[in-house]
Amino acid sequence: MAFSNLSEKLQETFRRLRGKGKLGEKDVDEALRQVKLALLEADVNFRVVRSFVNRVKERAIGHEVLNSLTPGQMVIKIVHEELTKLMGEKAEKLVISDRTPTVYLFAGLQGAGKTTTVGKLGVFLRKQGRRPLLAAADVYRPAAAKQLQILGEQNDLPVYVGDGKNPVLIASEAIEQARQLQRDVVLIDTAGRLHINEELMGELQKIKKAADPAEILLVVDAMTGQDAVTVAQSFNEKLGITGLILTKLDSDTRGGAALSIREVTGCPIKFIGTGEKMDGIEVFHPERLASRILGMGDVLTLIEKAEAAVEAEQAKDLMKKIQKDQFTLEDFLQQMRQVQKMGPLDQVFSMLPGIKPKQLKGMAIDERSLKHIEAIIQSMTPQERQTPQIINASRRKRIARGAGRPVQEVNRLLNQFEQSRKMMKQLTNLGKGKGGFPKLPFM
Amino acid sequence: MAEGFVSRLKASLTKTRQRFLSQLEDIVVFHKKISPEFYDELEEILIASDVGYKTTSLLLDKLKERVKEEKTDETNEVKEYLREIIEEILSIPSPDIIHEGIPMALLVVGVNGVGKTTSIAKLAEYYRSKDKSCLLVAGDTFRAAAIEQLSVWSKRLGVDLIHHQEGADPGAVAFDGITAANARQVDVVMFDTAGRLHTKVNLMSELKKVHRVITQNLGERKLVNILVLDATTGQNALSQARTFDEAIGIDGIILTKLDGTAKGGIVLAIAVEFGFPILWLGVGENSEDLRLFDPGEFVKALFD
Repeated sequence: MAFSNLSEKLQETFRRLRGKGKLGEKDVDEALRQVKLALLEADVNFRVVRSFVNRVKERAIGHEVLNSLTPGQMVIKIVHEELTKLMGEKAEKLVISDRTPTVYLFAGLQGAGKTTTVGKLGVFLRKQGRRPLLAAADVYRPAAAKQLQILGEQNDLPVYVGDGKNPVLIASEAIEQARQLQRDVVLIDTAGRLHINEELMGELQKIKKAADPAEILLVVDAMTGQDAVTVAQSFNEKLGITGLILTKLDSDTRGGAALSIREVTGCPIKFIGTGEKMDGIEVFHPERLASRILGMGDVLTLIEKAEAAVEAEQAKDLMKKIQKDQFTLEDFLQQMRQVQKMGPLDQVFSMLPGIKPKQLKGMAIDERSLKHIEAIIQSMTPQERQTPQIINASRRKRIARGAGRPVQEVNRLLNQFEQSRKMMKQLTNLGKGKGGFPKLPFM
Repeated sequence: MAEGFVSRLKASLTKTRQRFLSQLEDIVVFHKKISPEFYDELEEILIASDVGYKTTSLLLDKLKERVKEEKTDETNEVKEYLREIIEEILSIPSPDIIHEGIPMALLVVGVNGVGKTTSIAKLAEYYRSKDKSCLLVAGDTFRAAAIEQLSVWSKRLGVDLIHHQEGADPGAVAFDGITAANARQVDVVMFDTAGRLHTKVNLMSELKKVHRVITQNLGERKLVNILVLDATTGQNALSQARTFDEAIGIDGIILTKLDGTAKGGIVLAIAVEFGFPILWLGVGENSEDLRLFDPGEFVKALFD
């Protein structure tokens, strides 16, 4: 999980700080040394680290901390605030231009994930009610246009390919076609290029001139090392970047690039890419990411994901059922599927506060056990799902055979179901009237 | 190795060299005498090259030891020591790239976007130039148009390609690939695989299966598992190396994209932590830009 190692380390450091009644300059120095090392190992640019640590130190050693009753917490607060500041204060939206279509130009090094990101953003924008058209201006990598075409077909988005030779022409023709097809956004995919390749950078400048994009988005691999800053700076100087998209954040990269790039280029990170599926894109929320680093969890993102996955009506029904104690295995299964819709479980869990990255190791196995649970429930008759009480020994055996799982697993599931039903009832009674998302039985 | 390559590598490493060297020279000239401040600045230079904190500490320890032995306090001696230390670290015996008379299989793996498919094309070009017959196997059945990408290369290079359709089981493709290679008595068969983040357990299991299928049907062939790493990658490359090694065992590394400004210092960290030899360097997009790695040459390009 992104940042997991960093958050582990900072948590470890601050656990030591928390145990202290008062902090001296020495304690702060020791803690900040840990912060510095963690940030460096997270690939945060060393210059950024230096100025960051200095800023925190300046604030921390002043009266603010030393006179505070809980100095450890104060330091955490300062680090958190500075981290948030470093990554940009607020989530920044994409600019929409006055005249249609709005054009977004994508650029980046080879293998950063531009083509996939263009597809993802196309799907994302359509969900927001826009009508995107994708333009394949990568004429160098073999089959790059084909890749975009396939993504377009799979997601029902039009793709303009043109002659497959002249990227500048393809860009302007794509915009023309968007007008004809009444598409209001054009996403231009370009070939990966080195920031020091004058010729190809010149080509990008020409595309920029021809397409007059509302945003030029630099796609950066979150696993990039110290060089991320050089790359971003150089694209920015030559092209005038308006925003960044950070990809592959679903790996275990500590993603320090995110911390440095904003600081050095002044460009906001607008989206983060997680996963290869087309819904693996999220608006970048600096304050949430900072919280995640510090192990405070990312409840906001989780709630948003839950909202997107659970239709409001269903949620209401569910609440009623739980309150009336009519929660059945059918609902259990449905709920489980909704959680899966929210994304891979390890990602969902990592957003919960109080869950240590270490505990997440081995989560992937649970993903499979969810499938088993599904199989078991599906091997039950509708009547059994409605009233699990009738499931006797011989039914259990039959269900186990049908699901291809041992009987013990069926027993375990039924026990768990019973327990979580009780638990949910208590919880909903406590929170009656407040509504909200119910606690999920298997979490 | 031809002198032409040294200069080419030097040219492509120029950016790296300029920064690393000029910074090194700067502090050498500035400090003259070795001092804690000098080591601090050296540490920063190494970290800025993606060498990583741990390996940097190790390098500095070795350097300090050496300085003590030599009883010097001149900073300009340090440059030479550092060069020797780095060369020593990078000198890891590597598996043979060509076995005369023994057919080979190369399994090429790595995370998304490091340049696996391009590297395979370059490898095919290399082996063909050595009069070896080649066969490509399109094992990336996941990414849209990945098969097309390799098939364009196979046509350009005039090398046969074994492929299924998108979404096919990569294990089955691997089986067909190794079977065909054996039946056709091809010298070198190269397996492309889908980019996979090392953190995705399912995809890593899939890779293990592909590896198993190839191993079980290898026959006389010698299998070399190659991890492709992007030189711009930071410390995460260590995590990649570890996980891929745990899954299938890594025999060597291809380091790509050294033609940018990335310093590829991660190579040092990997050599120190895992002892994987670097087999090839990718220093450009032309097919002749994949070159055999030679530690002496690499360090020479870095320092001279």
